[in-house]
Amino acid sequence: MFYREAGDFKTSYRDDGQTFPIKLDRWGYYAILAVAFLVVPLVIDSYWANAVLVPFLIYAIAALGLNILTGYAGQVSLGTGGFMAVGAYAVYKLMVAFPGVPIVVHIILAGAITAVVGMLFGLPSLRIKGFYLAVATLAAQFFLVWLFNKVPWFYNYSASGQINAPERTILGWAVTGPATSASAKYLICLCFAVGLAWMARNLTRGSVGRKWMAIRDMDIAAEIIGVNPLTAKLSAFAVSSFFVGIAGALLFSVYLGAAEASEAFGINKSFLVLFMIIIGGLGSIFGSFAGAAFLVLLPVLLKNVLVAQFGWPTDLAAHIELMIVGALIVFFLIVEPHGLARLWALTKEKLRLWPFPH
Amino acid sequence: MEFLYASEVLLNGLMAGVMYSLVALGFVLIYKASGIFNYAQGVMALFAAMTLVGIMEGRVPFAHLINAAFGVHLSSFGWTVPGLLAILLTALIMVGLAIAIEKLVLKHLVGQEPIILFMATIGLAWFLEGLGDVMWGADVKVLDVGLPQGISETVETMTDGLFGYGFFIDRLDIWATVIAAVLVAALVGFSQYTKQGRAMRAVADDHQAALSVGISLQFIWIMVWSIAGFVALVAGIMWGTKSGVQFSLSLIALKALPVLMLGGFTSIPGAIVGGLIIGMGEKLFEYFVGPAVGGATENWFAYVLALLFLVFRPQGLFGERIIERV
Repeated sequence: MFYREAGDFKTSYRDDGQTFPIKLDRWGYYAILAVAFLVVPLVIDSYWANAVLVPFLIYAIAALGLNILTGYAGQVSLGTGGFMAVGAYAVYKLMVAFPGVPIVVHIILAGAITAVVGMLFGLPSLRIKGFYLAVATLAAQFFLVWLFNKVPWFYNYSASGQINAPERTILGWAVTGPATSASAKYLICLCFAVGLAWMARNLTRGSVGRKWMAIRDMDIAAEIIGVNPLTAKLSAFAVSSFFVGIAGALLFSVYLGAAEASEAFGINKSFLVLFMIIIGGLGSIFGSFAGAAFLVLLPVLLKNVLVAQFGWPTDLAAHIELMIVGALIVFFLIVEPHGLARLWALTKEKLRLWPFPH
Repeated sequence: MEFLYASEVLLNGLMAGVMYSLVALGFVLIYKASGIFNYAQGVMALFAAMTLVGIMEGRVPFAHLINAAFGVHLSSFGWTVPGLLAILLTALIMVGLAIAIEKLVLKHLVGQEPIILFMATIGLAWFLEGLGDVMWGADVKVLDVGLPQGISETVETMTDGLFGYGFFIDRLDIWATVIAAVLVAALVGFSQYTKQGRAMRAVADDHQAALSVGISLQFIWIMVWSIAGFVALVAGIMWGTKSGVQFSLSLIALKALPVLMLGGFTSIPGAIVGGLIIGMGEKLFEYFVGPAVGGATENWFAYVLALLFLVFRPQGLFGERIIERV
């Protein structure tokens, strides 16, 4: 009834090319943003921030990054955990070395450093394709984590081998360190998530994104029509690693506060983010958020149901969670290889015709 | 002396390489027959080893879950099963698993892109890992099917007599080498000289052509996954005896990946040679370079070696040449 393009007249190309062509979508999007920025910070408590919202936003950023690389440019990467570690250790070194510089600058610089490292490990993608490349990115994962564990310079020679985030403030509000309030944690992650999602959306629908997609669909054909595979692939690696690096920096500095490379950024992180984009939807901005929400919420939900309701031991719940996630991944690949994003798009398509589908 | 010590390291690396090859073999079999890169191979080895221990010790499957759900205290049936019988039973379970995988997963994913299938096997790996833990518990289990272990005195005295320096070699490694050799010979014999083996090679060559001459794809896939399950069982027994049956066993699958990249995904000899190179290379690297950079280089050496190697030869040592067309 209300969900129509009809009556929503566009008088400029700019209007015609907007992300949400349907009015209801547009208003819904503004409403969600308003609630997220104005209402949630006032009501959020530390359980919701630490268990659900902050990890959701951080993983959504990481999933956006991996989705740019895997979903848009078609280069499968299993090195996400390693790149997140680069972001985390970069922001740590910067925070300690230049205490006077605002933390936001540090986090963005950490993303830039990760982008350089990502490009370095992206170089083999020019020769290697498909899952040969996926395996090659494992080299990045294991080598980087090993490096951060073995070279004391990275963790400033601390006895425990851990890195700890010192307290930093924005406009007088603590955003890192133990004194951080739940809403401050939430807000800084939200600002980065919204800003980066906006950037990802505009990159992927511009000429850069179209080059990535051409490479994904068939790289030789793309090369023949004039897409330079060197710049397209390396730019995908750089942008993707930039996002993933920021996610790692936020994960360490805002969320965890203290981290140890092999524990916080192991191979399981890489798989977790990969599963997020598979379940959410490859090549979709919305899918990155949906997948991250799904895989952050699922353990919380299972834990609440199995442990709190049935009184089962936590280790059993963890194993059952593994089974459910594994089964869901296979299920999604069989039923809908394009993930939650495609299901959402289909629902919207149905809604557009409702109540007269023929 | 230095040289002799280095060659002992080398020999031990070769033996470790045989273990990697055992896992890599399972990958190659499935990849050749169905074009699927089966990430779950390592977890299959873990699952097989867990099941073997569970059956041998007469544990009640799903005991943890049943106890939690119904408030009872089951743990074991109170009997023990001899090793050989338990191995047979486990092999049967692996065949059942192969059938289930074919019916529930692969059948529905025919014709999908390889990368989708690869991701499906990652999902499968997580599921199996959870299933194994729920079925048999996540504790570290001791596996002993009667394989000899410990340092071989014969080798030590013999080399001591020859070079004046006794080589320390684990008897289990020697056995693993022998068993791997027998397994490879049996597999090659099977694929070259039996009807089913020929059908398997036909499927590997061209799915559609094989279908058109009346070969049942379903049967071949079940067969290949069963054989891969059996290879996983052998690998699981070897690794489980060596270092206990525990979660880290499934990570040997990750170690088998660079082996495959070196040897090429499509070649059985490649899996063996790749395994030997990786095993040898990482032990020697750790011995010569490790102390200078803080050790534990074994974690990443194999991947970096494979990465560098692939830049120069993307299809691996023995892989089929990749030809790309638009």
